Amino acid sequence: MSATMTTPEAPAATQQSVLRLTVNNHPGVMSAVCGLFSRRSYNLEGIMVRPIEGTEGAQSRVWLLLNEVDKLEQVMRHTEKLVDVLKVERHALEDSVFASTDGFFKV
Amino acid sequence: MTETASNPTPEAAQRLSGSQLIIKLLERQGVTHIAGVPGGAALPLYDSLSNSTIQHVLARHEQGAGFIAQGMARVTGQAQVCFASSGPGASNLITAVADARLDSVPLIAITGQVPQQMIGTDAFQEIDTFGLMLPITKHNWLVRSAEELLTVIPEAFRIALSGRPGPVSIDVPKDVQNEMIDVTEWPELGTAIPTPEFDEKAVEEMLVKIRESHKPLLMIGGGIVYSGATEQLREFAEKLDIPTVQTFMGLGILPDDHRLSLGMLGMHGARYTNYLLEECDMLIGLGVRFDDRATGKVEAFCPKAEIIHVDIDRSEIGKVKNPVLSIQADVGEVLTVAHKQLEAMQRPLWQQRVDQLKAAHPLILEGDDELFRPYGAIKAVAEILDDTANISTDVGQHQMWVAQAYPFNRPRQWISSGGLGTMGFGLPAAIGVALAQPDQKSVCFSGDGSFMMNIQEMATAAEENLDVKVVILNNGHLGLVRQQQTLFYEKNLTAVKYQQTVDFAKAAEAMGVKGVDLSKSDEPLADLKSALLEHGPCVINLPISETEMVYPMVAPGGANADMIGGESV
Repeated sequence: MSATMTTPEAPAATQQSVLRLTVNNHPGVMSAVCGLFSRRSYNLEGIMVRPIEGTEGAQSRVWLLLNEVDKLEQVMRHTEKLVDVLKVERHALEDSVFASTDGFFKV
Repeated sequence: MTETASNPTPEAAQRLSGSQLIIKLLERQGVTHIAGVPGGAALPLYDSLSNSTIQHVLARHEQGAGFIAQGMARVTGQAQVCFASSGPGASNLITAVADARLDSVPLIAITGQVPQQMIGTDAFQEIDTFGLMLPITKHNWLVRSAEELLTVIPEAFRIALSGRPGPVSIDVPKDVQNEMIDVTEWPELGTAIPTPEFDEKAVEEMLVKIRESHKPLLMIGGGIVYSGATEQLREFAEKLDIPTVQTFMGLGILPDDHRLSLGMLGMHGARYTNYLLEECDMLIGLGVRFDDRATGKVEAFCPKAEIIHVDIDRSEIGKVKNPVLSIQADVGEVLTVAHKQLEAMQRPLWQQRVDQLKAAHPLILEGDDELFRPYGAIKAVAEILDDTANISTDVGQHQMWVAQAYPFNRPRQWISSGGLGTMGFGLPAAIGVALAQPDQKSVCFSGDGSFMMNIQEMATAAEENLDVKVVILNNGHLGLVRQQQTLFYEKNLTAVKYQQTVDFAKAAEAMGVKGVDLSKSDEPLADLKSALLEHGPCVINLPISETEMVYPMVAPGGANADMIGGESV
């Protein structure tokens, strides 16, 4: 993953997209998701993962922040093929985990 | 096997070790052969294998084992298994697994791993097999308990065979192989899940578009072979009267002399074939992935055509070319639906244009009447053999000459490393082919460069006494690299000539394989014939000039219309 530095003049919010993944909470699933993005040379801007409450540790939620809209559909299809990925959904940036954690990513 | 998948027979609890469980589950899946190389972390696995009905084929290198299993899988379409130990055993399998991924081959790689409590300690022969296999498999596992094997092994078969086939890998720590568990019930067998559903109306729409087009071409690939849809495809092409290009992976779907066959497209396609792609107004891609060796420069590929794309893998649709209509489905099922609505039609004007271009720019097989020239050698072998022979290749010039000139007449007759282009593929793959179909000739065309990359497997072929023949088109060079240095690097020939020559016939004899050197033969054609027709492994050395080229050739990254060479005089 090539992490791009976000500056105050960063691309407008509309150019960013958010994916909400439901995955098996399984060793290696993070590696599978991140590896897929780097292998397909698709930039990942941010990633947040926690086990999903009420699944007794069986599933995790992965939030991905992305900035390449034109390749989004393609990379979603690749992500859907991962055996441990149960669901891939697009999500609005506004009420995503990234919107509420901005404060942790300032100098 | 008496138990059916849907109704597993409960048995009295059996106390089994993890390794015994693996072998039992593989037997239940119908595995008859496993190619592999044992080692420290796979000792329990091999201990259990000794009591099995499964025949183990002892490869001389793990990569050989991987390609032997691939050869079996490619020719049968069934998932096949290879074994290796941890560390270098597993890393040696990597190339064969990656190769299976790119050519969609159902391969199951099972590796031993150091015991779990030693993982992460840089233990002897420890390597992160899970991490290494992850990017090159459809899915992979590090098994944490013997119990998990009951789900992982059937799941491995299911994933390898479902949708677009491909490799999986299962890493099993030694302590898991040794763990004892009580098995009371066997899991259902792992088989392919149902193919994706699709809208039959889309097929109707596709047929309307095809009927409306004036200059359509079909582009058919490995998906047709894997779907078992050859007959449907032939009928589809014939009824709609559509000239058809075959990808590298699709060779053999249309018989070589079929009136609609335009042969292979792309980098080494015939001139008329690539010119027709320039002119077509519709390209119907069936079970293809628009590989760069087929399309050339994508922006210049089929510039006038609307694209229709049918593929079982949704992520292939729109990856390279944006279709006006696409169907994610098993291509055979789409053709079956289409069959109900097929009305025969004719395209005399378009066929006339095809004939015209074909006459003006045919595929030139220079020297095809001379035994010691590439096309001549290939034609001579083809004339000696019949269509039951399975033909494999290594990678390089010889591979492209065979792809252009060998008369393939049925699917799965052609076994070659397409996507990864692995030199060293040929001999072990040919061994696997012979193991799976022992009553048919398994003939591998190789080059002196490729053959050296898995030459040790001659001993395996001798040990199994298989009807494997290797014809080495020997030019003493890395021919395809030499060709590219000649054409694109101003003849600056670097590191392509083998200063030290190898007597392959003698090397073969040293490993228990018959060696025939046609350069020393008084009657080379007769000797070739008897070498091919008698039973048993044989290596045939056939010298050719290093100045021979594969023509036409599209420069890598160039447009298909800009071909070098292969012009009629």
